Amino acid sequence: MVFAVILAGGVGTRMGSNDMPKQFLEIKNKPIISYTVDKFILDPEFEKVIVLTPKNWIDHTKQILKKYSGESEKIVVIEGGLTRNETIMNSIEYIKSNYGLDDDTIIVTHDSVRPFVTHRIIEENIKAAKKFGACDTVICATDTIVESEDENYISAIPNRKKMYQGQTPQSFKAKNLYETYNSLTDEEKEILTDAAKILTIKGQKVKLIKGETYNIKITYPYDLRIARSLLEETFDD
Amino acid sequence: MINTVYRLIAPRRFEIAFSDIDIKDKVIVRPSHLSICNADMRYFLGTRDAKVLKEKLPLALIHEGIGTVVKDDSNTFQAGDTVVMVPNIPCESDDYIAENYLRSSKFCGSSADGFLSEYVALNKDRVVKLPDFIDKNVAAFTEMVSVGYHAVERFKTIAHNRKTTIGVWGDGNLALITALILKKTFSDIKIYIFGINSDKLSDFSFADETFLTTQIPKNLEVDHAFECVGGNGSSIAIEQIIKYIRPEGTIALMGVSEYAVPVNTRMILEKGLRLYGTSRSGKKDFENTVELYKAYPDMISYLSRLVSNVVEINNFSDIKKAFDTDAKKSYGKTIMHWNL
Repeated sequence: MVFAVILAGGVGTRMGSNDMPKQFLEIKNKPIISYTVDKFILDPEFEKVIVLTPKNWIDHTKQILKKYSGESEKIVVIEGGLTRNETIMNSIEYIKSNYGLDDDTIIVTHDSVRPFVTHRIIEENIKAAKKFGACDTVICATDTIVESEDENYISAIPNRKKMYQGQTPQSFKAKNLYETYNSLTDEEKEILTDAAKILTIKGQKVKLIKGETYNIKITYPYDLRIARSLLEETFDD
Repeated sequence: MINTVYRLIAPRRFEIAFSDIDIKDKVIVRPSHLSICNADMRYFLGTRDAKVLKEKLPLALIHEGIGTVVKDDSNTFQAGDTVVMVPNIPCESDDYIAENYLRSSKFCGSSADGFLSEYVALNKDRVVKLPDFIDKNVAAFTEMVSVGYHAVERFKTIAHNRKTTIGVWGDGNLALITALILKKTFSDIKIYIFGINSDKLSDFSFADETFLTTQIPKNLEVDHAFECVGGNGSSIAIEQIIKYIRPEGTIALMGVSEYAVPVNTRMILEKGLRLYGTSRSGKKDFENTVELYKAYPDMISYLSRLVSNVVEINNFSDIKKAFDTDAKKSYGKTIMHWNL
């Protein structure tokens, strides 16, 4: 079985607002998370679309998804964890308790604040997760990446041709991800910046999937402006 | 939901745009097989009038296509159903004027965005289920077949009852489709095809006779005629039809021309001919076309000969490649397998 896992655990401090997580901010009178969830509802591959959100926002999330996405039996809203990876583990535990976990259970994890994800990206993620066990959506880096060990001077400039910018979805065989995560030490868990790293630090392969430049993550007020202009420009035709 | 739409913004230039679609009250279709029509090519190549291009672009092209239903809250269709999408969008109904002739109707790929998009949201009466056995490359241009069906339906009501011989002028896609439907609808009539290319005429093996327009027997006559030529050839075709048609016959004008076409009105008057336009099609024509597929499965094999190019669309630049491929073809249809 294939499950969508929508990560909506952020509390939005970078957006300059402490009271409204960024996934609930609106574009054209509709919350960002609703646009994102709709894309996954429409893909017939998904058994359930599991939305993970802070505890205090569970009811709110249920209400807005009911209002904007309609009554969909496909949607489940549950509590996320303290970190991104703990949130993903919560989703796997939910799957384990309700559907059972086997070697072929796939999760397609996606940021709730990337509403421009496309059907193609989702489909290619599912196929690659089934075939290779794990995949990560990326685009080629357009800016040169500069590394600094001391936050003061350049320590290295990696070859840009080998650099990619990570997006989501990231998709995995859920059982393997769960078992590998639980085999990590606390020190190893500390250095995880995303879910793909759970596997790469243990030497497991993660397939690359081509993303889209417009599959942006709405993190800062500037991103919200871009998202609004992309939509409003064409909505108002 | 944010729907990714691929719009033509200027001749030969596509751009990615986004539109919001409400997934609650519509049938949501994921396009799978899209077919390029000459009308799309006139926008792509910029051969439409400059004023028209300025008014209509940016525009998502393509009005011939099928797909898979992914959501329908009305339960009229099941997720997974293969369906043909009806591009005509009526905004009113009229007791005498059909939906495809109402000036208020919108048409996907002309006055509204076409099917070149990630998903298409349609009212449930703009969707027709296809049978499981269908060849999807052929089903992709069902809209064009339904236009032929519509023309034959009009012919039934407009033409007098002596339907012994019917002439079809043209040797292209529309002529083949219309002639095939005529043959299936009236099994006991003779269908003559008049064209300029002997290779193309050889594809009309179901017709009773084919003629090069330069070698039409002097005494040949037809009761009624269909003009499926269009473009610069319209005038010559209509002139020939007027010459070879019997008095009181009907001439269905189906070929699109960007220019005003001179017509020999003197002979129309003398012969008492009836000329009628026929264009596009309505929901009922789509339904009846699908029934025709079911009744005559051999139609599909004839129509499959029209599939001249199949292009896999895996990324944005493949769209332009498909249109460039169509621009080079001499005959047939270019089908896009839509994976975007």
